[in-house]
Amino acid sequence: MKASLGSRILYSAWARPILLIALLLVIWELVIVVFRIPPYLIPAPLDVVKQLVLEWPKLFRESLMTTYATLGGFGLSILFGIPMALLIAYSRTTESFVYPLLVFSQSVPKVAIAPLFVVWFGFGITPKIISAFLLGFFPIVVSTVVGFKSVEREMLDLAHSMKATKLQIFMRISLPHALPSIFAGLKVSVTLAVVGAVVGEFVGSNSGIGYVLQIANGNFDLPLMFAALTVLSLIGVLLFAAVDLVEKLMIPWHASHRTEFHATA
Amino acid sequence: MSSVSSSVRHSGERGAASQPLIRIDGVTKVYRTADGPVESLKPLTFDLHAGEFIAIVGPSGCGKSTLLKLVAGLLTVTDGEIRVEGKPVHGPPDNVGIVFQSPVLLAWRNVLENVLLQIEMRRLSRAEYLPKAQALLAMTGLQDFGAKFPWELSGGMQQRTAICRALVHDPSVLLMDEPFGALDAMTRERMNLELQRIWYETKKTVMLITHSIPEAVFLADRVLVMTERPGSIAAIYDVNLPRPRSLAMMGDPEFVKLAQTIRGHFYAQGSLDA
Ligand SMILES: Nc1ncnc2c1ncn2[C@@H]1O[C@H](COP(=O)(O)OP(=O)(O)O)[C@@H](O)[C@H]1O
Ligand SMILES: [Mg+2]
Repeated sequence: MKASLGSRILYSAWARPILLIALLLVIWELVIVVFRIPPYLIPAPLDVVKQLVLEWPKLFRESLMTTYATLGGFGLSILFGIPMALLIAYSRTTESFVYPLLVFSQSVPKVAIAPLFVVWFGFGITPKIISAFLLGFFPIVVSTVVGFKSVEREMLDLAHSMKATKLQIFMRISLPHALPSIFAGLKVSVTLAVVGAVVGEFVGSNSGIGYVLQIANGNFDLPLMFAALTVLSLIGVLLFAAVDLVEKLMIPWHASHRTEFHATA
Repeated sequence: MSSVSSSVRHSGERGAASQPLIRIDGVTKVYRTADGPVESLKPLTFDLHAGEFIAIVGPSGCGKSTLLKLVAGLLTVTDGEIRVEGKPVHGPPDNVGIVFQSPVLLAWRNVLENVLLQIEMRRLSRAEYLPKAQALLAMTGLQDFGAKFPWELSGGMQQRTAICRALVHDPSVLLMDEPFGALDAMTRERMNLELQRIWYETKKTVMLITHSIPEAVFLADRVLVMTERPGSIAAIYDVNLPRPRSLAMMGDPEFVKLAQTIRGHFYAQGSLDA
């Protein structure tokens, strides 16, 4: 295919969101100029970028703290979420006892109980990890349960007709079948875990992007706040992309990756 | 019911020479459900001889799939007994292969690996059965598609893959539950021809459940007609058309007459599955 450089950029997956962001920044700048919005309400993009560059060493350091807490919570979500989902998917009794409780627990506002974690676990990284875990856990459980329960009846009949053992059915049929759904849950989970970590940092911490946001808010330093929010979004995007990459490597056969798969297979 | 007695005579003749490969003897099935028992099959008795092709037609919900799963050892009989090659069926037997209406192929395995799933699950030697799998793919015209993935195949090719998978461990019995029900009419006719050829070449004993009367008459040595639920045998018809049969034979007066007779059962009873 002979396409011009311009159209090739326009059609590449990474360029489109960047172009959109650039466009939004321009509109933002224009709105501020045209409507004369004072900087204590909305900072100009350029000021945010300035702050981003100026405060980069600090922002980078604090973003690492947030990332650690996020990964800790996400890791715990996987560690507990997947076995929990397996128990629910394979045991009616567990399902009937645990699932309603789990759904109920999701309606408890985690932001409201986050201060409790500080009381219980102090000001270290632990309350942040727990907070990230609480937000990241549920989507993994739900989508993993769906993944395992959606194996077709006929597929299982077929496996039984082949005298397959339970372990064979799990390893060769149920698990690969559930993977796309599990990954969908992991992607939601990792983004929510970022939110959870920041919530943890809001209520009681002296490190992390959440803490920077608190301080900037207290000082009416809106450019710094926006810069911190930008960094926070970047963390979310990068972690999401990482999970997406692992997914592509592990389930190249899935419908969502077929174009690439076809080209390489 | 003269047709039933004629089939009894028929199996009597052959029975003297050979043991029936499948013996279904007074089999009933009652499903235990939360809303109470569901009687699915009334006492059912018939035999299948080695190499015979039997087609089963009947109204929707009359217990055809139930019967097939009983023979496959996927369900247990409530009463009576099923024997395959003389051995009572308790759990899935070794010498049976199954094809369902949906091909149920694994999306993450290519065609060849899907066929070999049967070998893996049964813990047989891959090296020993690989040539067999390739031969089956060649026989069904899939020799160039072994490395393709299910989503790259047409519906007919997917179902042919499922047939290869059902045959790769060289079972004596092939059970098929409405295998072509999801295919378009043209593909279905082609698959009928193909199944006839596969049956001819492999000499399997085939039990085919279908809701197409022409398909049943075209393929089978005998057509077993079932009653409404709880299913029992309404009649068994011998199909005395010469083989190999061509699609043109569907216009043959004898073919048309038999199809009409079978259709008569359903118009008397109610409606046919279709
Ligand atoms: N697992 C089950 N539990 C309860 N009832 C069932 C079950 N499977 C089938 N049945 C009932 O048994 C009857 C026969 O079903 P089936 O063998 O699937 O019929 P067919 O294949 O002829 O359409 C139906 O009335 C169906 O509702
Ligand atoms: Mg059925």
